[in-house]
Amino acid sequence: MNNMETVKVDTDILILGGGMAACGAAVEASYWAKQNNLKVTLVDKAAMDRSGAVAMGLSAINQYVGLKDGENTIKNYCDYVRNDLMGITREDVVANIARHVDASVHLFEKWGLPIWKDENGAYVHEGRWQLMINGESYKIIVAEAAKNALAETGNEYIERVFITHPLLEGDRCVGAVGFSVREDKFYVFRAKVVLAAMGGAVGVFRPRSVGEGAGRAWYPPFNSGASAYFTIKAGAEMTCQEVRFIPVRFKDAYGPVGAWFLLFKSRATNAFGGNYMIERRPELDNWLPYGHVKPVPANLRNYLGMLDVLEGKSPIYMKTEEALGNIAQQYKDDPKAYKKKMKELESEAWEDFLDMTISQAHLWAATNTQPEEKPSEIAAAEPYFIGSHSGASGAWVSGPKDLAPEGFFWGYDNMTTTKGLFAAGDASGASSHKFSSGSHAEGRIAGKAMANFVVKENPALAEISDETINKYKDMIFKPITLFEESQGKSTQADINPAYILPNQFRMRLQKLMDEYAGGVTTQFTTSKPLLTRALELLKLLKEDSACLGAKDSHELMRCWENYHRMFQAEAHVRAMMFREETRWPGYYFRSDMPKIDNENWLCFVNTVMDPETEKWTCKKIPVKYLFA
Amino acid sequence: MPSFVNPEKCDGCKALGKTACQYICPNNLMVLNPDTMKAYNQEPDQCWECQCCVKICPQQAMDIRGYADFMPLGASVIPLRSSNSIMWTVKFRNGSIKRFKFPIRTIPEGTAVPAAGFETPGGLDDLALFTEPASLGLDAVCAPGAPTWQKG
Repeated sequence: MNNMETVKVDTDILILGGGMAACGAAVEASYWAKQNNLKVTLVDKAAMDRSGAVAMGLSAINQYVGLKDGENTIKNYCDYVRNDLMGITREDVVANIARHVDASVHLFEKWGLPIWKDENGAYVHEGRWQLMINGESYKIIVAEAAKNALAETGNEYIERVFITHPLLEGDRCVGAVGFSVREDKFYVFRAKVVLAAMGGAVGVFRPRSVGEGAGRAWYPPFNSGASAYFTIKAGAEMTCQEVRFIPVRFKDAYGPVGAWFLLFKSRATNAFGGNYMIERRPELDNWLPYGHVKPVPANLRNYLGMLDVLEGKSPIYMKTEEALGNIAQQYKDDPKAYKKKMKELESEAWEDFLDMTISQAHLWAATNTQPEEKPSEIAAAEPYFIGSHSGASGAWVSGPKDLAPEGFFWGYDNMTTTKGLFAAGDASGASSHKFSSGSHAEGRIAGKAMANFVVKENPALAEISDETINKYKDMIFKPITLFEESQGKSTQADINPAYILPNQFRMRLQKLMDEYAGGVTTQFTTSKPLLTRALELLKLLKEDSACLGAKDSHELMRCWENYHRMFQAEAHVRAMMFREETRWPGYYFRSDMPKIDNENWLCFVNTVMDPETEKWTCKKIPVKYLFA
Repeated sequence: MPSFVNPEKCDGCKALGKTACQYICPNNLMVLNPDTMKAYNQEPDQCWECQCCVKICPQQAMDIRGYADFMPLGASVIPLRSSNSIMWTVKFRNGSIKRFKFPIRTIPEGTAVPAAGFETPGGLDDLALFTEPASLGLDAVCAPGAPTWQKG
């Protein structure tokens, strides 16, 4: 592998990722870089037009606060997030995003995103915080502005380069290394400041569809834990690593349910017609004070439905026919208006899928499902790690100076505890419900803070020796070397005693997480003994990661993606084990600690891995709210 | 085999370096077979069925055969994406067809101006980000004490 070309890139501001947060950072950093003669470099493993979780498009913008029209206050948003996450949230970070997010939405509209308007020119809401959009090209539009911003200011955009490791110097992050998935090139980036914005993690747990449908995750399969690994391996303190997200969606194809619940006011019932949200209401008393807030937190809604499933009351159905029938009822005396309304609703219902989960439209067509005629099954998906939605896992970042409670501010908004390393979007934790728009806003916040960091601190670029470069190069390309060297040991490339291929490694990780760490198989239930066993098996898996083999650069990327997933898995297992209670019962249930314990556990669980020894420590951090 | 390529229509993008599907796939799945000069999906079980490849293919050579795990055969969902709208043809297993057309953007492709006409009066130490506060529609970024911070 030593004949592989090494490409060295020096820059001031290095943005890793190409999704919503990275695009926000690119637009923002480009402006401040130009003012201060700095260079920005963005590195993406895909093509920015369709990179990240919004690749397919979206049918709604889920965070719009509406400050200019006095629709809501910052406190309203913080209350919503705090309650939905059962009290565990960084209100300073949530408030910071909430006060900037409307600007991102207004910019999207100016950049060409069609946002639905009513007859008075006001945005059409799907729910209190959600706006309806024609979002097939949402990501292309946001990427276009980011690319234009980079180009106008003479900055750099490198695509199809997969980042594997952070570069460290003492307590500082000084760059990153990775490789091209299309050319024989190894990349060494030296930077004064680095942003981790490489998305969350899918594929840590075994998916419900394990064959050809393994890629049908709700959140994209290409978000593979790169942010988590990068920040963990840089020694950054992580937070909420136990707070996974499990969405309840239309079964199998994972089409969105938001429009059905919020816009069409649909109910979900079990196979016997029972409505778990009503029949199981007394269960909410066990999860106070959050069991009594409105709206009922997402994980508790999940949990009530799961209790029905555990009692054998499946399938659970979204009553689409009833919801549409109710709407029709309002027009029963006016057939013409009825026909018009139904056509409008049909178009809205199908666009909801076509904009963001095309497979769901396909599944309805393949099963001859007309939503006005029969209900459709919904089910909990598999666990994901996604700091931007209703999960909360990510790096522990500095809050803003004017809002952060004592101990929650260390110089620059969104800087992790590792100097010079920032995080945004799915990469930053305890600031849930930022979704696409808030991730973009958080990227903007980080983009400016990074420029400020470089101007104020002006750190020198680190000296990276050839020895260090070669050490990384040998390690990163080892799976290819091993594969090539071992071909004489077997007549088949996929069964060889010297190596395991990345898909096999992934399935082993997914099986152990599923069975021991609370996956679909155990109905999201785990315990200290199960988690202890998970750690034993993870240790063996980690040892065997030295035997990953890859036949080409595509499989090499898969090797490192799965290596990254493995660290997300370990952080998750350790944090669930440390938190001796059950706080989010619809996300995971500790059978040995089945109750919420506000007296001892109304706190963050933060984890740190020593980058050298890879030893983990967990600790409690008290929650500190901005609002009473 | 989630996304697949019709060999009669695929022309390998006339071998112009890389094919359109290869360029766009967010999961690096599409590759060009140098012998046949046709593209193919190298890892169908990691396909998200996002149809980014289907939408961008200049030959309309790509389609989806839904995930074998759970998708009955016989249906199709075909996008036709133009410069400002997308038309979808949904064909049901029983042969019935629905067609939808939605806008996708309001200004011509390539013309998004990052600042969008908003000024940025402040500096690095101000709360306001690039284009703010104008892009917020407010006089200043919201902070404790402002009416938009907390009511009452």
